[in-house]
Amino acid sequence: MKKNIISFSILTIIYFLVKILLDIGIIDSYLQLNIFLIGINIILAVGLNLITGFTGQFSLGHAAFMSIGAYTSAVFTAKLGQSFIVAILVSGVIAAFAGIFIGIPTLRLKGDYLAIATLGFGEIVRIIALNIDYIGGAIGFNDIPQYTNWTWIFMMTVATVFLIKHFINSYHGRACIAIREDEIAAEAMGINTTFYKVLAFAIGAFFAGIAGSLYANYFYFIKPDSFGFMKSIDILVIVVFGGMGSIEGSILGAILLSIISLFLQGIPELRMVVYSVVLFAIMVYRPTGLLGKGEFKLWKKGAERNVSIESK
Amino acid sequence: MEQLLQQLINGISLGSIYALIALGYTMVYGIINLINFAHGDIYMIGAYVGFALTTFLGLGFFPSLLISMLVCSILGMIIEKVAYKPIRNSTRIAALITAISVSLFLEYTMVYFVKPDTRTFPEVLQSKILTLFNGKIIIDLKNIYIILITILLMAGLQYVVHKTKVGKAMRAVSLDKNAAELMGVDVNKTISYTFAIGSSLAGAAGVLVGVYYNTINPLMGVVPGLKAFVAAVLGGIGIIPGAVFGGFFLGMTETLVSAYGGSVFKDAVAFSILIIVLLIKPNGLLGKTIKEKV
Repeated sequence: MKKNIISFSILTIIYFLVKILLDIGIIDSYLQLNIFLIGINIILAVGLNLITGFTGQFSLGHAAFMSIGAYTSAVFTAKLGQSFIVAILVSGVIAAFAGIFIGIPTLRLKGDYLAIATLGFGEIVRIIALNIDYIGGAIGFNDIPQYTNWTWIFMMTVATVFLIKHFINSYHGRACIAIREDEIAAEAMGINTTFYKVLAFAIGAFFAGIAGSLYANYFYFIKPDSFGFMKSIDILVIVVFGGMGSIEGSILGAILLSIISLFLQGIPELRMVVYSVVLFAIMVYRPTGLLGKGEFKLWKKGAERNVSIESK
Repeated sequence: MEQLLQQLINGISLGSIYALIALGYTMVYGIINLINFAHGDIYMIGAYVGFALTTFLGLGFFPSLLISMLVCSILGMIIEKVAYKPIRNSTRIAALITAISVSLFLEYTMVYFVKPDTRTFPEVLQSKILTLFNGKIIIDLKNIYIILITILLMAGLQYVVHKTKVGKAMRAVSLDKNAAELMGVDVNKTISYTFAIGSSLAGAAGVLVGVYYNTINPLMGVVPGLKAFVAAVLGGIGIIPGAVFGGFFLGMTETLVSAYGGSVFKDAVAFSILIIVLLIKPNGLLGKTIKEKV
């Protein structure tokens, strides 16, 4: 109880501090853009962490759900004139349905194969968006009303983290973690693995849809290529950098990576080169991420390795 | 009918490029279970090496092809030693992100050094048009060169993998690394050779694409890389004939889809086929189903 009060007051302080700084103009629009992007990235990364870090399903198509959410929100606010809250919720729900739709067939696959199938799904969504004229096709969707502000970003980020944290600590969350640790054993224990994998996928997609909605209504303009393969990789990098299976890690990862890319803006030609070297260094020296939990297999340390599984 | 034949010829040329790149993917995956995302960029560097040799040194087609293959195989070995060896025992996802970081590094280092502009590849092969059926089918001599070189390289690969000691070591390591090591196979050396051979094939594909399409740029490897990977998975990743089959299959499908009005959806079709194949036969069209042991 005491812990809750402390975190609640810290959050309130952060909220009002940033709001005041924004209102009196100490935070300029460039910094504001980065703060908003950090919030969106936290939502995306925490959602993907539920799928990849906690349930152990390897997804390379998370940007597709963000894209679905962004376009849904754009259509609802710009074309149909709905309010932002409706657009956010509908974006999330439609993205979640997309997650269920793609999850039911593909989640039978494992490991790399699932990664490839979700990668393919992401590309298909991008190509379809490129070819629908109603949503602007390759030119992009223009004139989306700018509804996203600090309050929305903050509320949605906190809500996402809160809900996913509680989901993980619930009965259902533990089932997801069991699937990650050993799918066959989890099934033997009576966990409906397909149901929980699809559930995790749908929840992750739901929050990605919300992030997409916030993104679309902040930038006025979206185009299908913003949600390509590289965006999915960016989200995955945040999750792995922060540590798989650690919510705090994802938050820290999103903030640190934004700061790194902020510093790299100064050398635009070498930005990606330095970024790739940083990424490589992290993977070699700290493959479990900043707050990762030692490859999830602490108790197996020293145990004999099962050759039949290792060699596969 | 003539149009179909014409498209089949184009499809085979495109398919042979995919097949050459896919072979490298499949060999690397077969031996260390790593999706080598940097493979598409090795193909790009192969094209640039070919470009530099033909433009600045004025070398002919065949010497540039061979030198480019050599440079790429050395690059492949260096990448393996520097980047993939330290992470060989880490998790799948760490390995995957390392591969992506290597890919980004190659792409943007090239962007930095050669500038992101598209460059025109010199005409090193005489373009000679052959017409068949009263001019209804046009075959460029380049198509024939590409197909012949691809077949030659694949025959060479088949020979190396099945008839030489190195090939035997490769097959042994891909079957069971620990057992192969116990039998006295030098696993590190074998993995190096695999990277060298796979990368040299990608380098050849790069030069061939430069000659065939005449334009190259530093990000040209991304899409063909993904496509070739799709091809490798279609045929069954880790299986060499599967990569060849997948490459040709994908090349044909793509050309036919674009020819019959779906050119904007050709990439979507490729990925849809991939997903459908994965759902029906997760181990690829030529793959064998392996039961999971508990």
